[in-house]
Parts: sequence; structure tokens; C-alpha cells
Amino acid sequence: MIAELCTNLSKWAIPLILLFIPLVALFRRVRVYEAFVEGAAEGFSNAIRIMPFLVAMMVAVGIFRDSGALDKCVSALSPFLFKFGIPAELVPLAVMRPLSGTGAIGVTTELLNAHGPDSMVGRIASTVLGSTDTTFYVLTVYFGAVGVVKPRYSIAVGLIGDLIGFIGSVFICKLLF
Amino acid sequence: MINYIWVLLMAVGIIYAALNGRIDQMTTSAINAANSAVGLSFKLIGVMCLWLGVLKIAEVAGMVRALAVLIGPVVHYIFPSVPRRHPAMGAIIMTISANMMGLGNAVTPLGIKAMSELQKLNKDKESASPAMCTMLALCTTGFTLVPATIIAIRAAAGSVSPAEIVGPTMVVSFIATVFALVFDRVCQAVFSSRNRRL
Repeated sequence: MIAELCTNLSKWAIPLILLFIPLVALFRRVRVYEAFVEGAAEGFSNAIRIMPFLVAMMVAVGIFRDSGALDKCVSALSPFLFKFGIPAELVPLAVMRPLSGTGAIGVTTELLNAHGPDSMVGRIASTVLGSTDTTFYVLTVYFGAVGVVKPRYSIAVGLIGDLIGFIGSVFICKLLF
Repeated sequence: MINYIWVLLMAVGIIYAALNGRIDQMTTSAINAANSAVGLSFKLIGVMCLWLGVLKIAEVAGMVRALAVLIGPVVHYIFPSVPRRHPAMGAIIMTISANMMGLGNAVTPLGIKAMSELQKLNKDKESASPAMCTMLALCTTGFTLVPATIIAIRAAAGSVSPAEIVGPTMVVSFIATVFALVFDRVCQAVFSSRNRRL
């Protein structure tokens, strides 16, 4: 029931926005076509400006992951987190979540297939994936697009957010299910 | 901080690979990552143009301003340094709304728009202003009401009730957002007092 509502909502949201905004604007005598083109012109330069930042970040993350160092970190952290009641299976996801969005989706899919989507691990993994975003990607893209090279304390804030999201997911899921 | 993290990721990776006889993979790994970064930014051009175009229409038609009047007070409380009638307000609100509705590909263009408006208010163009850090905190915790992607993944994995995580997700992302915002305020205070001393 909720699943249906959610999928319908996300299925309808974008078409409805594309219908509603230009239509209302037209009624308000906006030159919609010209306005759209004017706004869209910025899209290209924005996307291109992000490129060097994305290359820098994705190369570093790629090297870290492909070298096997990421897996090593995961196995080193597992026994430590296990003491806090965090299932060891979830550690790869916790490490991957802030680094790579597609990576996190991959890890979650594997967990769901291995443990079943309705297991505790599956539920926690789903909640972790849904409740936080990829900190390094967001940072790279958003600051890169405007040319900010000194993110100052924002990385720490983003990572704390991820950590709270992870611990919160474990706690809330254990409480509810 | 970003400098240290960046070097740390690469140095640890390369040294670890060298010690474990995987050094030959590192070249392909670096080149593949660089290529997929370029591919990703090209993929972004289309959605970026689309949403920035739609946003412009909404702006010119006064819809963004109307939305700003509606939930402006809350946003103003989170971003005290942004003037109420500044275009950044509208862009921030649009980003948050898109995030809440789970419109993944619309969030990035809108968020970038919000950042570039905040950059106009920023005095030191190279380093992030407090408002920009707050915006980042909001986006990385990404408060979502409709986690459509996860529901789809769960359904694909054969879940009996793919949407049962909607409630927990909402609660957790709300808690994480609140914590991140509080921590952001603390950092802001610490950093600004340190700058005054220098």
C-alpha cells in the first residue's frame, strides 16, 4: 500500500512538475520557451565545471577501492563495531556509503540477495541507503560547480551525518522490527 | 582537510596495492575512474539543462518566490546569513523539496543552483561560507520522504513488503539531518571565533 503510493508518487511527480510549472507560467504571461532556454544555457557550463573535481575524487576513491585497502579497512573495523551491536555484514556498507553512491547501491543489493530483503540486515541496509546521501559526491559536485576548493569543516559535518544515519538505522530497525 | 583525505585515499591505496602485488591494476583503476568521472559529468549535462530551464520558468513566473514566502521562515532560521528576498532562498527551498520527494536527478542541478546563489553572497570565493557548509550538511543527510530507489531495489530482491522501511528511513534521515545541522552550528561557532583570534 505504502510502496504503491511511493512508486506512484515518484512516477507522477516529474511529469506533473513538467506539466504544472510551464502551464501556470504561461497563464501568468511568462515567455516560457525563452525562460527555459535561458535557464538551460547554464546547465552545460555547470556540468563541465564539475568535471575536474569529479575526476580528482573518483580517481582517489577508485584507487582506494581497487587496491583492496577498502576491504582491509572493513575487515579491520568489523570486530570493533560488533561490540556495539552492529552486525559485521553491514560494515562494508557503512564505509562505502559516504564514498560512492553506485558502490553503496551495489553493496546493498548484494546484502539483500544474501540475507533476504526482509531480514534484519536487509532492513537496516535499506534504511542506511535511504537515510543518507553520498557525502563525498555531494561535496565534490556542489562545491566544484561554484569553484570552492576549501570545504573547511563541512566534510566532518557530512561524515558525522553519515555516522548518525548508520547508528540510527541500526537502532531504529532493531527497535521497530 | 580535503587535501589530507585525498592524499590519504590514494597513498594508502597505492602502497597497499604495492605490498599485495596488485600494483599493475592501479594504472587501469586510475584511468578507468578518470574516464567514468568524465562520463558522469557528460551525463549530468542533460538533466542539468532540463531542471535549470524549468527552475528558470518557475522563477520568472514568481512561483519560487511564492514557495519562499510559504516555508521561508523555517529556511531563514537554518540560514540566518541569507537575506529573506535573495534568490538563494528560492533555490535552497527547491532543493530541499526535490530531496524530500526523492527526485534524485533533479536534486543535483537545483543544489548546484543554490550553491552558486550562495557563492554570490560569499566574500572569499575559494573557501566555503558558513551558509554553504549548512547547505552541504542538509544535502549529505538528504532528508527524504519518498525513498523510491530503495523501494525498487527491495522489490527487485523479492521483499514481501518493500515499503516497510519508509517509516524508519524518514525517522533516521530526520535525526541525522538535525544532528548534522547542530554539529554544523557548533563548527561554525568554533571556526568563526578562531578566525577572530588570528
